[in-house]
Amino acid sequence: MENNLVLRVVGKLLIPFILLFALYVQFHGDFGPGGGFQAGVIFATGIVFYALIFGLERARQAVPDRLVETMLASGVLIYAGVGVAGMLLGGNYLDYFVLDKNPVIGQHRGIFWVEVGVATTVSGVMLKIFYMFASRSVAGNAHEDPED
Amino acid sequence: MVLIVLALIRTRNLFGVIVLSGAYSFLMATVLVALDAVDVAMTEAAVGAGVSTVLLLGALRLCKSEEAKPAHRPWLPLAVAVSTGLLLAYGAMDLPDFADPQAPIHQHVVPRYMENEVDVPNVVTAVLASFRGYDTLGETTVVFTAGAGIIALLRRRKSGRGADGK
Amino acid sequence: MLEHFSYIVTVFLMVAGLFIIMAHGNLIRKMIGLSIFQTSVYLLYIAPGKLIGGTAPIIAPEYGIYSNPLPHVLILTAIVVGVATLALGLALAVRIREAYGSIEEDEILARDNAIEDAEEMRA
Repeated sequence: MENNLVLRVVGKLLIPFILLFALYVQFHGDFGPGGGFQAGVIFATGIVFYALIFGLERARQAVPDRLVETMLASGVLIYAGVGVAGMLLGGNYLDYFVLDKNPVIGQHRGIFWVEVGVATTVSGVMLKIFYMFASRSVAGNAHEDPED
Repeated sequence: MVLIVLALIRTRNLFGVIVLSGAYSFLMATVLVALDAVDVAMTEAAVGAGVSTVLLLGALRLCKSEEAKPAHRPWLPLAVAVSTGLLLAYGAMDLPDFADPQAPIHQHVVPRYMENEVDVPNVVTAVLASFRGYDTLGETTVVFTAGAGIIALLRRRKSGRGADGK
Repeated sequence: MLEHFSYIVTVFLMVAGLFIIMAHGNLIRKMIGLSIFQTSVYLLYIAPGKLIGGTAPIIAPEYGIYSNPLPHVLILTAIVVGVATLALGLALAVRIREAYGSIEEDEILARDNAIEDAEEMRA
């Protein structure tokens, strides 16, 4: 698939917009449909698209495994950290009202960081799963050929 | 949608099945839009039709693409499925009517959610991240755990791969 | 009957998913059946939340009636968890394929029985 001109050109055109759309969905999630889950999935889809057109190796150069694995864990940590921050500021766990003097702004801040955490984990997991399956095939085939 | 599901049951080629299930997911997303669940529809279109199709194809590449012919006709599963379906349909008759504003689902906590005390216009986001924050935290942890499990299952060993034939 | 139409569709999808899981031996096919079963549950949750004349639950001054947001939230998380578990199941299927050379239930069972018989003979 790496030599298909149409796919390469269209892919190069579309991928920045897919990533941009993911960010839009992420930060506009308070006002329209969207949020962390959708943004994470769309972001991962953009990278998967890149990997399908330009090959897995180049996608791995752009988004290395190490980064993906860090994203996987840091998302949950960001989420849990918001809860701990609420506790340190004198509220209950995951209580956003104390995050700012104005409770409504505190809520906004809490929701924002929670969504960031969700998006990070979801996109990390989706990308990691795809990398795992895609890189597996080479090894799996080499392994099973003598057996079959 | 019903036609696609019937085709899904009949088709024997797994590649065809996966493509059909992608189409099924898109149809499901349109149904969800019609039911006013825009957030869910967006997720279903991205996840169901996008990511899971790619994952299924990825898994298919590692396996055979043709399903073996079953040894016997599936009469027993058919009987069990049909009788379960009849029971469920009979039970569903006692559920509230479609779009009944007096149904219990519209009476309990939702009016409080709708007061919009966190001042976020999209109520789904507000409920997801604020009112039901524990749920979402647990759910993110589930996704993380699934990712970790897949890494554990599919990681290539550094030394001598394929050592375990069992 | 007509006011319960959404439940009928839900039940049909659920039964179809159940049938695929029970009748087919192929593990990937079973995973697809499971995800159809899941989508029927999405419909079961979302459909009662709809109100005729309502709109998506995004507060705006122009609208007065909104559909119920609570099932949307529950199902939103369910979809993402669903794809994560689907991937986990596929990973298991791939490992089984590498260990047994097949993802058909019958063949796997046959191989298991053969191994057990051999061990009994040795004992």
